[in-house]
Amino acid sequence: MSTLEIAIRGRRGSFELAVEFEAPLTGVTAIFGRSGSGKTTLLRALAGLERMRGRVVVGGRVWQDAGRFLPPEERLVGYVFQEAALLPHLSVRGNLAYARKRAKSQRVSPPQVVDWLGLHDLLDRMPSQLSGGERQRAALARALVRSPELLLMDEPLASLDLSARDAILGHLERLHDELAVPVLYVTHATDEVARLADRVAWIDQGRVRSVAAPEVLFAELEMGAALGDDAAAFVPARVLRHDDTYHLSELETAWGVLFVPRLTAVVGAPARIRIRARDVSIALGREHKTSILNVFAARVGELLPVSAAEVLVRLCCPAAPEQAVLARVTKKSADAMGLGDGLEVYACVKGVSVR
Amino acid sequence: MQPAAFASDGQAVLLTLRLAGVVTLALLGIGTPLALWLAFGRSRLRVVVEAIVALPLVLPPTVLGFYLLVLLGPRGPVGGCWEALGGERLVFSFTGLVIGSVVYSLPFVVQPLANGFRSIDRRVLEAAATLGARRFDRFLTVILPLSRNGLLTAVTLGFAHTVGEFGVVLMLGGNIPGRTQVLSIAVYDHVEAIEYGQAHVLSAGMLAFSFTVLLGVYLTTRRFDVVGP
Repeated sequence: MSTLEIAIRGRRGSFELAVEFEAPLTGVTAIFGRSGSGKTTLLRALAGLERMRGRVVVGGRVWQDAGRFLPPEERLVGYVFQEAALLPHLSVRGNLAYARKRAKSQRVSPPQVVDWLGLHDLLDRMPSQLSGGERQRAALARALVRSPELLLMDEPLASLDLSARDAILGHLERLHDELAVPVLYVTHATDEVARLADRVAWIDQGRVRSVAAPEVLFAELEMGAALGDDAAAFVPARVLRHDDTYHLSELETAWGVLFVPRLTAVVGAPARIRIRARDVSIALGREHKTSILNVFAARVGELLPVSAAEVLVRLCCPAAPEQAVLARVTKKSADAMGLGDGLEVYACVKGVSVR
Repeated sequence: MQPAAFASDGQAVLLTLRLAGVVTLALLGIGTPLALWLAFGRSRLRVVVEAIVALPLVLPPTVLGFYLLVLLGPRGPVGGCWEALGGERLVFSFTGLVIGSVVYSLPFVVQPLANGFRSIDRRVLEAAATLGARRFDRFLTVILPLSRNGLLTAVTLGFAHTVGEFGVVLMLGGNIPGRTQVLSIAVYDHVEAIEYGQAHVLSAGMLAFSFTVLLGVYLTTRRFDVVGP
C-alpha cells in the first residue's frame, strides 16, 4: 500500500516545527491540534509553500529530500485554504478551467465535480458574488479538478456558519467513495474529526504526539486532558434496528446495544458515536431503577487528575480491551468508590451524539 | 510667424512623442521586474532601492541633469566607457535624452506598479502555484490582470511625465532642433523670443493633452494611486 512519509523540521521566529510521521495514503488523515500548534505551517510545508528542511515522500514520489525541493507547482497537491483564495478575476468556471488546464492528469473531470458539489448554478458567478460556503465549495472543486495525489485542507470550515459547515461536511464524507483522493485535513474541531477522519495525527507545540485511529486517540487520558471540557471518546457502531414506538434506534457496539434518538440511517449502516467524558458517570453496581438507558459493564483503567476537584477515568470495554471511553468525575466520588486499575464498574452514559 | 518656425515646432512635437514612447517602453521593461522585486522580494536592500528610485521625485531636475551630464559625458565613467566601446556620444543626443528621461520618470512607473503588485492577496498567488502555475505563468495570468489599474497608471504617468519634462532634458540634451529640442524647450524658446502666439499654441496643446490623459486614467481606474515618496 502506498504511504505518506513526512519528516519536516524548521523554525519560524520562535516557533519550531519538528514533525515526523508516516500514514497510509488513503482516506482522511486529520491533523488535529489547538491553534498555534503548527498544523497550518506543516500543511504549507507539505505543499512547498514554506521552505523547510526534511523529507516528504508521497506514494513513492519524492517531493523533497536533501538536495531536492519541488516547488508547489510541481507537487500534485490540491490545496484548500481557510479562506477560499479563488482567483478573483475569474468566474467559478474560469477558476475550474485554470486548474484543469494545468492538471497533469484528467482523472477527476470538472463535470463530475460540478455535479457532486452542486455548482451548476454558480459557474458563471464571480467569487465576490458567492457566499462563504459557496466559495469554499468552489475552492474544493478547483482543488479536485487538479486531480491531486494528495488533497490538503486547512480548516476549510472554520469561517463558515453552521448550516454551510454541515452541508460541506456532508460532501466531504462522501469524498472518499466518490473520488478516492487521499486527504490531509487540518482541524481543531473534534466533531469534524468524528465525521471524517480515518486516522488522526495529534500535533502539539510543533511536534506529533500521537498518530492513531480516532477511537483510540480520543480515549487516551492525555488527549482528554488536553481537550478539557470537550473531551469525548468515539465508539464505532452499526445500526441494528429502529424502534418506532419509542422513536429510538438501537446500535450494535463492542459494549453492547446502545440506544440513541431515532436515526435516518438504514439498518446495517456504520456509525461513529461520540461520548463526552462529562456525560459518563460511574456506578459500582447495576442500578435498574434509573432513567439512563445506556449502562455498560466496564473495567477501570488509569486515572488522571484534570483539575483540583476532578479526575478523568479511562473505562475499558471488557469485550474489546482496545476500546475505551472517558469519564470525568469528582475526586471525592473516585475516592469514595475506591476507583482504581482493574475495578469492575458500570459506565452510565447520559447522552451520545452520532455522526 | 514663419513656416520654418512651424516646421521646427512640428519637429519638436514629434520628437517629444517619440521620446515619450521609447521611454515608456523602456520604463516598463526596467520597471516591471524592479517593481516585482520590490513587492515580492525578501531582501533588506529593498528599502534602499526604493529610496533611490524615489529620488527624482524630490531632487531638482537640474541636479539630476547635472549628475547625468557628468556620468554620461565623454569624460564621465559611463559615457567614457560607452565611447571607448565605439558608441556615439551620449550627451546632446536622443539616446542621452532617453537615458535621462528613464531615470527621471522611473518612480512614476515603479511606484504604481509596485503598489498594484502589493495589493494582490498572497494566498491567491499561492493558490495559483498549487494549481500548477509556474512563476511566469502566475505573472501573466494572476499578477498582470489583478494589477491592471497600476499598470495603466504607470504607463500613463510614465508617458505624460516624460512629455512634460524640462530641466533634465535641457541639462543633458541642450536645445538642438530636430535632435534634442523637445516641446517644453520649444515653448521656453518662444517665450524668450517673445513669440507668445506660438508659445500659446504649444502650451494649450500640452495642457489639453495632459488633462485628457489624466481624466482618462481617473475614469478608467476610478481610484488613483497617489504617487509620492
